Amino acid sequence: MTDILDSVLADDAPFHGTVGQPLKRKEDPKLLTGEGKFTDDIVVAGSVQMGFVRSPYAHARIRSIDTSDAAKAPGVVAVFTGADLVGEWAGAMPCAWPVTADMKNPAHYPLAVGTATYCGDAVAVVVAETKAQAADAVAMVVVDYEELSAVVGVKDALSDRVVIHPELGTNQSYVWDLKPDEDKVNAAFASAAHTVKCEYVQQRLIPAAMEPRGVLVVPQPFGGEFVVYSSTQIPHILKVMLGLTVGIPEQKLRVIAPAVGGGFGSKLNVYAEEVLALALARKLRRPVRWTETRTENTQATIHGRGQEQVIELAADAEGKITAVRVQILADMGAYLQLVTPGVPLLGSFLYTGVYAVPAFSFRCTAVFTNLTPTDAYRGAGRPEASYAIERAVDTLAAQIGLDPAEIRRRNFIPADAFPYPSASGLVFDSGNYEPALAKALAHADYDGLRAKQVAEKASKSTIRTGVGISSYFEICGLAPSRALASLNYSAGGWEAATVRVLPTCKVQVISGATPHGQGHETTWSQIVADKLGISPDDIEVLHSDTAISPLGLDTYGSRSLAVGGTAIWIATDKVIAKAKAIAAHQLEAADDDVEFAAGVFSVKGSPDRALPLAAIAFGAFTAHNLPDGMEPNLEAHCTWDPPNFTFPFGTHIAIVEIDTETGRTTLKKYVCVDDCGNQINPLIVQGQIHGGVIQGIAQALFEGVEYDDKGNLLTSTLADYLVPSAADVPSLITDHTVTPSPVNPMGVKGAGEAGTIGSAPAVMNAIVDALRDFGVNDLLMPATPQRVWQAISHSAN
Amino acid sequence: MKISMQVNGAAQSHDVEPRTLLVQYIRESCGLTGTNIGCDTSSCGACTIHLDGESAKSCTILAAQADGGTVTTIEGMASADGTLHPMQEAFRLNHGLQCGYCTPGMVMAATGLLKEIPHPTEEEVRLGLEGNLCRCTGYHNIVKAVLAAAEQG
Repeated sequence: MTDILDSVLADDAPFHGTVGQPLKRKEDPKLLTGEGKFTDDIVVAGSVQMGFVRSPYAHARIRSIDTSDAAKAPGVVAVFTGADLVGEWAGAMPCAWPVTADMKNPAHYPLAVGTATYCGDAVAVVVAETKAQAADAVAMVVVDYEELSAVVGVKDALSDRVVIHPELGTNQSYVWDLKPDEDKVNAAFASAAHTVKCEYVQQRLIPAAMEPRGVLVVPQPFGGEFVVYSSTQIPHILKVMLGLTVGIPEQKLRVIAPAVGGGFGSKLNVYAEEVLALALARKLRRPVRWTETRTENTQATIHGRGQEQVIELAADAEGKITAVRVQILADMGAYLQLVTPGVPLLGSFLYTGVYAVPAFSFRCTAVFTNLTPTDAYRGAGRPEASYAIERAVDTLAAQIGLDPAEIRRRNFIPADAFPYPSASGLVFDSGNYEPALAKALAHADYDGLRAKQVAEKASKSTIRTGVGISSYFEICGLAPSRALASLNYSAGGWEAATVRVLPTCKVQVISGATPHGQGHETTWSQIVADKLGISPDDIEVLHSDTAISPLGLDTYGSRSLAVGGTAIWIATDKVIAKAKAIAAHQLEAADDDVEFAAGVFSVKGSPDRALPLAAIAFGAFTAHNLPDGMEPNLEAHCTWDPPNFTFPFGTHIAIVEIDTETGRTTLKKYVCVDDCGNQINPLIVQGQIHGGVIQGIAQALFEGVEYDDKGNLLTSTLADYLVPSAADVPSLITDHTVTPSPVNPMGVKGAGEAGTIGSAPAVMNAIVDALRDFGVNDLLMPATPQRVWQAISHSAN
Repeated sequence: MKISMQVNGAAQSHDVEPRTLLVQYIRESCGLTGTNIGCDTSSCGACTIHLDGESAKSCTILAAQADGGTVTTIEGMASADGTLHPMQEAFRLNHGLQCGYCTPGMVMAATGLLKEIPHPTEEEVRLGLEGNLCRCTGYHNIVKAVLAAAEQG
């Protein structure tokens, strides 16, 4: 044993801190070499494939389904309709966020029964030996539909011209109010020197994670257990929900999210195909698999956004905003998915922006349509909110004749006012908005751009420069469980972690967060490595498998570092405390006299009386000499429930050039200065910002779901839906400020969605800024050349 | 029908249905799952491989059309001793990947691009990768990685 200990102790490379360093990602080698396994890459002998018959109509009565030819096709194992499987379900498809007590939530099941309510609604499933055989047989299923009038728009939905779910009697799902003091709001508007009322449309977006969804369920027919592989962001939540919907005891389920090729919220859900794969694996006693096609992805994976907003600002003579009133009409789609109704609520607290607004009123009315269900997507409610306030502030500035930078400065919540009790009721943790704005203005050469605009106007140039500012903030670190309770969310917001020091002083970090591109393995290793004084290479991060990390609430809402990272931080502290007690015992010193630095425990004032962590780890394993009553081994667990949300912020500036003869907008330069508190790995943080920013730019310039008036999806492929390529967007200028959060010990906030939340309003503000001379005050997104050209052509100037 | 080809230096020979796409052949017959499928309209480029030395989207080619050809996939890029190809290394150094799903196709397309234009401008890199979509990175670091790889020569 002594030899083993010596060999462990010999491994004493000098310690250097890694937090704050741009470490290369541990995740990369396997992803760069094709070794990473996504769900569709996993081969299980004897598995069968599902193929889906989907409604070509947005709204149709299913008169009959003839599966007889399909059932006889080569390789077909079985064909089921919704009616065939009614007995399989222990519960309806889950919605975890009944935002009001009287919210209307139509029960729906994995296959439609009686009526199809959106284009792509699955009405039958074919199970066959191969993908090709399943696809062939799907084409042989004959469905007799009676087409019904479809509800495509939210205002049409509200009229109840056609009631989509007759059992509800209305298309209205809920009305949710956040109205802390209506009298104050009304008084502010009554006495305002200036008011603006703006209407915006948040067009639907297709999340388009590059990996389509996939699921593989492997049954153990004689043990009654099931292993579920799914391309999901939420293996832990999925396990609970699968148990409840399919009626399998939760302890018999193991859910694994292998490598997951992007999620952005679209894989924060419980989907019909996952539920069906489990039910059919139980029924057929064979492994069942399915991989989505891209066309299925555009129809049957949730869409993002889908809101019509009305925002009103009241301001005094100096342009100080005195009240914000917001009403939104939110498109739920045909059904409520996992958190569909809660998405607008996540944004509700942000409509006053980074401004010291004393009075606030918000109402969301949510309606059903005959369209794909909406749900959380890349920012989830927050991009919509920041868009509304940041566009409206620019409108107010233009009306008053103030510079957009100046109106923001006048209204910023002062840095010394934090923690700031906002009018919405939330307390904003920390903020210092002016430096981020100042840095962004400097990077953009703001004054130079304004001078350039004057020159362009004087020369009657057909090219017009526009500058758009967006001083956004957002809400991250989801979430304090009690805050979620007040919003009627059906789960908590904690995160769990275990830190285990193995006998040879290698460390396992087990996290309940579920990464799908965010680089958790690297970031978590950096945190633990620094605390323990070891190399990040000596740490293995385990995650995304409910058998290995049984407790967790997964990854979404920019929560993983602020909540899951903090759980790891605290679990590591507990490990150190236990190790210290062992060290004190072995060094024959009092606990308080032992200090720990750079991986070594030593007695204060006697540096020669010291033991390295490796010796303690091995000693905890042998248990030969532990304090009386202490359990062997060195591991600790923490479930962290944060006391508050975190509120990252920043200023983005977009600079566009518009060809006024063609309407073509060119994004010339994009500056983003973001503040997500302390950064663990700046390389990863920057990467998160980059991707988010391009999505916001894409909403402003390129992307938008199009339906025809019958509810047919016109953008059902990547040839029709414009996900930008490298050729469509510029490189970005990134910078940051650091305002630590007081909510957690690392002072971190979150960075996953900030880019998306800040960017769309910056681009649209720039476009409108370029076109103000033409009398253009607003444009619909995406601001296509056609829309821009029409706005110019229709203008009086 | 029976087809044969060299894949990453190894001889492969299988019976396939005539309708089998090259990407399906690579993934299912050869068991090389590094090449990904991201769409059904040849838009995303996740399936980009090299066929007879040129980058190609393996979903646009029938396996039968590649009969007798030479294919390199992402699994064939690193050296046998595990040393990453310079393009793979550049992606790692520059954080040119996040979820990693588009990455094999990006690396293959970028390698093909540098073969045609050894020292591209940023604009040439952006245009050269137009057929490969990424939803995570915003392309910033991918472009940086390709320019860095070009600089390394």
